[in-house]
Amino acid sequence: MTTNAGSVTTPKEKMRATLKHRYAAEKRFQAYGIAAILIALAMLVTLFVTIIGNGFTAFQQYTVHLDVTLYPQDIDPDGTGDPEVLSKANYQSAVNDAMYALFPEATDRQARRAVRELISPGANYVIRDMVMDDPSLVGQRISVRVPLASEYDQVLKGNVDPVVDFTAFKEGSTSVDWSLSPEERLISEKQADYLQQLIRQGEVEASFNRWFFTNGDSRQPELAGIWGAAVGSMFTLMVTLALSFPIGVSAAVYLEEFAPKNRLTDIIEVNINNLAAVPSIVFGLLGLAVFLQFFGMPRSAPLVGGLVLTLMTLPTIIIASRAALKSVPPSIREAALGVGASKLQCIFHHVLPLAMPGMLTGTIIGMAQALGETAPLLMIGMVAFVVDIPGSPLDPATVMPVQIYLWSDSPERAFTERTSAAIMCLLGFLILMNAAAVLLRKRFERRW
Amino acid sequence: MTHLRNDPEQQHEYPETTAGKPTVDGDAKVAARGANVFYGAKQAIKEVSLDIAPNEVTSFIGPSGCGKSTFLRALNRMNDIIDICRVTGDIRLDGEDIYDRKVDVVQLRARVGMVFQKPNPFPKSIFENVAYGPRIHGLVAHKDELDEIVHTSLERAGLLGEVKDRLETPGTGLSGGQQQRLCIARAIAVSPEVILMDEPCSALDPIATAKIEELIDELRGNYTIVIVTHSMQQAARVSQRTAFFHLGNLVEMGDTETIFTNPEHKLTQGYITGRFG
Repeated sequence: MTTNAGSVTTPKEKMRATLKHRYAAEKRFQAYGIAAILIALAMLVTLFVTIIGNGFTAFQQYTVHLDVTLYPQDIDPDGTGDPEVLSKANYQSAVNDAMYALFPEATDRQARRAVRELISPGANYVIRDMVMDDPSLVGQRISVRVPLASEYDQVLKGNVDPVVDFTAFKEGSTSVDWSLSPEERLISEKQADYLQQLIRQGEVEASFNRWFFTNGDSRQPELAGIWGAAVGSMFTLMVTLALSFPIGVSAAVYLEEFAPKNRLTDIIEVNINNLAAVPSIVFGLLGLAVFLQFFGMPRSAPLVGGLVLTLMTLPTIIIASRAALKSVPPSIREAALGVGASKLQCIFHHVLPLAMPGMLTGTIIGMAQALGETAPLLMIGMVAFVVDIPGSPLDPATVMPVQIYLWSDSPERAFTERTSAAIMCLLGFLILMNAAAVLLRKRFERRW
Repeated sequence: MTHLRNDPEQQHEYPETTAGKPTVDGDAKVAARGANVFYGAKQAIKEVSLDIAPNEVTSFIGPSGCGKSTFLRALNRMNDIIDICRVTGDIRLDGEDIYDRKVDVVQLRARVGMVFQKPNPFPKSIFENVAYGPRIHGLVAHKDELDEIVHTSLERAGLLGEVKDRLETPGTGLSGGQQQRLCIARAIAVSPEVILMDEPCSALDPIATAKIEELIDELRGNYTIVIVTHSMQQAARVSQRTAFFHLGNLVEMGDTETIFTNPEHKLTQGYITGRFG
């Protein structure tokens, strides 16, 4: 071990020599650990910086202030107030008129078109929703903020070429800093000019992007929101939790406490462990074949999504619950059986309460997994473009990770920032769920 | 000296039938005839026949692994929870075969209570610990009755004075000796006829041990007690009859005094004089 091994004689000296090695080994091991943690932290920081850096601008949206006159003859000529009529009415001309009023000098077709395109093509839906909420607005002149079209929004946020300074624009500056050649530009010089005019009129303002949190999906990025996907995720998780927790816990209790230990239960155990490792898309195919094809359940529905995710999370919950049951000290079982409790009483009065924190942790981990799952839901049609907010688990819906997937596929720059913003929301949900897991465990934990 | 140490390979000379006086003259509370216990293929108890007299303390002694705890647990079928465990032969409680198909194991365990080696109170309040048994057996109709049973049980276990002001605090917060007395109170709350104690003092200090021993002596008036112990002094102090087990065999059984002063078999003599163990 050492070169002077021959000169080392007494046991004490030998021990001292090995002691040095032992301490060195300990230090080395600690260094490895710290290095591993630092690398992991660096990755995490990079991830968060990228996502937040890309996504935080999505929580803001540049809006245009418009005074829109809602002539009854355009919207509700018979004055019925019927929601059917109101929802199908033509609001576009009212919005267009309000825009033309801001640019009186734009009279030819081309100029008028450029003016119209300054604001979101979905601005008429913003007005429609207001009127649907309050039909008495018909016949009035209303003051409303509609989102700026997404390309201009992106320009003002500095996400795309050209670089313009909103405050300088407002004060009358006309400097536009182009870095791309005219063919590659998102907006033309003419369009930049209209934008600058609109801003100088003081009608443009950055405000909180409420549409992102209240709308469903949309073709217009400035009107696309995650609420529809969030509600879809909630319905899906509700179905998953309602099915997988009771089934998983019952299966774990049966397998751990009642099932005889024989070849059959061994096979079942191996299969459960294997199921936990099956790629999730396979569960999606199973759901497609069984729930949609055979049972004829609705496509794109959170109910079916929940059923599929139940199949996927069950192994996780069963394995975690069995481990929790195993960790209950046998002395507690003996104590209960010793005073004459039946097996069922022993399990329900003593073993389950003690195993509950572990079971809940396993369940929440399974739920968090289900919340982030995309692939199986693609197979059962939850990847559809759904604008409406689902009202029940049977309505067509999508879920947050699928929404992220859909947006990440869209070419518009505005969808890129919304993708990151949606990821932030999903991560927020996951952190909340994990915090709930920790809290529940603390709350239910009992010492023995 | 070492040649006698607990070596399974070593062949010992066991008596043809159990030495001493394994049966009693009157009615036995518990009677075993040719009882065997197997763990899988391994036989842990071999052809044990003995009687346990009512309202007496019977102690089981013997070196580690001799099967005394296994045999004790066979008396209220606690071994049932071990899958590979199998009991053959005949064990009777008041003349009734406890391994009969018709016997309900829940009722049997209510009649034959048990106190374990390590104090194992439920992670619940002191009151709940004692009240649990009477409640699940439906022994009480209303709250006052339950209070009454909890108080008398704690009183009999000699614990009431120490805990009466904090019945709602967790049972796991008591000291080791108090926890063990709580377990005894829990066992007697369902009014058992027999109490089995599996080394009840092995985790306790001498003062707590003395208290438990005193308690065992008091409880003898109302219950039949079987105690497994590693301490020969304890067996001598608390029990009226003693059984000596060795590697699954019941070597000798008789009055405690006889066993300790004038054992018949040389293995018994070797063990109680401390020549092996």
